[in-house]
Amino acid sequence: MKVSEILREIKVLLRIYASSKSSLFGLTVVIGYIIMAAIGPYFIRLDLIGLDKPYQLPSLKHPFGTDYLGRDIFAQIVHGARDVLLLAFIASLITVAISVSLGTIAGIKGGKVDSCLMFITDMMLTIPGFPLLIVVTSLIKGTSNPLILGLIYAMVSWASPARAIRSQVLSLKRRDFVEASRCMGFSTLYIIYFDILPLIMPYVAVNLLLIMIGAIYSLVGLSLIGAIPWSECNWGIMINVAVNYAGALSVPKALPHLIAPLGMIILLQVALIMLSRSIEMIFNPRLRER
Amino acid sequence: MPGNIIDSLIGLYISRYGMSYEDAYRLLSASFGIALEKPLHEQYISFLLNIFTGKLGLSMGYSNIPVIEIVAAAIPWTVFTVSIGLFSSFIIGILLGLLAAYKHGSIIDRFITTLSTITAAIPNYVFAYLLIVIFVTNARLFPMVGAYDASLVTPGFNLPFIIDVLRHAFLPILSYFIASFGNWVLYMRSNVITVLGEDYVQAAKARGLSKSRIMWMYVGRNAMLPLFTLLAINIGYIFGGSTLIEFVFTYPGIGYYISRSVSTRDYPLMQGLFFILIISVTLSNLIADFVYSRLDPRVRFE
Repeated sequence: MKVSEILREIKVLLRIYASSKSSLFGLTVVIGYIIMAAIGPYFIRLDLIGLDKPYQLPSLKHPFGTDYLGRDIFAQIVHGARDVLLLAFIASLITVAISVSLGTIAGIKGGKVDSCLMFITDMMLTIPGFPLLIVVTSLIKGTSNPLILGLIYAMVSWASPARAIRSQVLSLKRRDFVEASRCMGFSTLYIIYFDILPLIMPYVAVNLLLIMIGAIYSLVGLSLIGAIPWSECNWGIMINVAVNYAGALSVPKALPHLIAPLGMIILLQVALIMLSRSIEMIFNPRLRER
Repeated sequence: MPGNIIDSLIGLYISRYGMSYEDAYRLLSASFGIALEKPLHEQYISFLLNIFTGKLGLSMGYSNIPVIEIVAAAIPWTVFTVSIGLFSSFIIGILLGLLAAYKHGSIIDRFITTLSTITAAIPNYVFAYLLIVIFVTNARLFPMVGAYDASLVTPGFNLPFIIDVLRHAFLPILSYFIASFGNWVLYMRSNVITVLGEDYVQAAKARGLSKSRIMWMYVGRNAMLPLFTLLAINIGYIFGGSTLIEFVFTYPGIGYYISRSVSTRDYPLMQGLFFILIISVTLSNLIADFVYSRLDPRVRFE
């Protein structure tokens, strides 16, 4: 019986991904990026000295051409993908962990705990996130640890998802099955784990992807302005180098160096948003019409 | 704290002027008006007292110019570009969202929704660079750096200056607009679809009111309400709203100085900019609450 249920679920998934081109696009591209980031660096050697002629146009040997020192741009993109994806994933995972736990506690407990937590949340919301991020990362300059950078990102951006999760929990709290569990004397932890969390999980999954999009925006932006010099070929640093050292804005032949990271960011962000919409479709059949 | 600017300046003074450590220390603390020998809490209290009289200290990266002057010079440029970008994306977003919701399921709806989703997901600095590549490098239609060209025009109320300012501001505004109208469209569209299912819209139809009257007075107005709160919050973020766009265009607004103050370790300037940011966000949140209770009588429950 279990097996048939799983098979039915898989069938639904396949039907959704077969019927919606954008979902399929998102899924394929994100998987492609993950594969590139996971195994790409083992196959493609990163050349940091410049072994070839500079300013080459894209060719079979150099799919994205070479930069102003003759280094292969494609290799830099592949190695940068690992940093960008890993950092964005860690950052959004920590953010979601903080916002889900605080949001659920505030929603379930209510009363003083709720108003105290929401006071802190509202205070965090008034501080503009990106400028704060710049200042905090600059204070601990020199760290290249993705865990610490992820933690900083989470500290700055947990507030608004926490509020959203709390309002979800508040609406679930009044439902009959939660009241029933309460009457049966289950502990709050039990209710959170078995009654609340399974129902907000799809919402959390969509949020994870949306936070990841925000994290990529902020973290690539931070390395673009030079606030986090933590990698040789992070995409933000590539853009910075392309503009400031290779002169991509005035020298047309340096353009591939700028367009490659820009294009990779565009493709990744669009794929992530398509993927998040397809997850919404999976869990919310009302969106599936057409 | 790494990169303490006082320490690096002391090092500079010692090597350049052959001062002793104590002399350099005394000179710097006098020139920045910071009593470094006092305990930290006394320094903090004097900092707090100074804020109320508008004394935000002296910039350390821009040769001792008072922070308040830099901030005052930067605010107009940021407010000018970001507010135009914000309001134009808000208005266009509302109109497109309304259109998409009314044509729900049609090809127009799909086009608008897909376009909005894609543009909203792409970072604004990516658009900024693409616009530079298209309009500045290739077509040479617009200038790229600064807010106006001081060698060509004199600041003041004259036509060449205004045209030059508009030409410099066009691309930053456009990149802000492209990156942010999509969110308004998507939010408005989902609100309109919700409102269209409400009873009072059915009642209005049954009363035989004209289509446009229902669309603007019944559906549009109610669907826009939550967006106004968001708009008010975003007005608060105007002051720090486009750090990266200003960085890309070297546009001398608040965001540009934030990124500069970080790389020059200019802590007084950083503090001053942040102070302005937080004041503006808090104020606009307050205004948002007042305005919302005026706009939506249902909120005025007391």
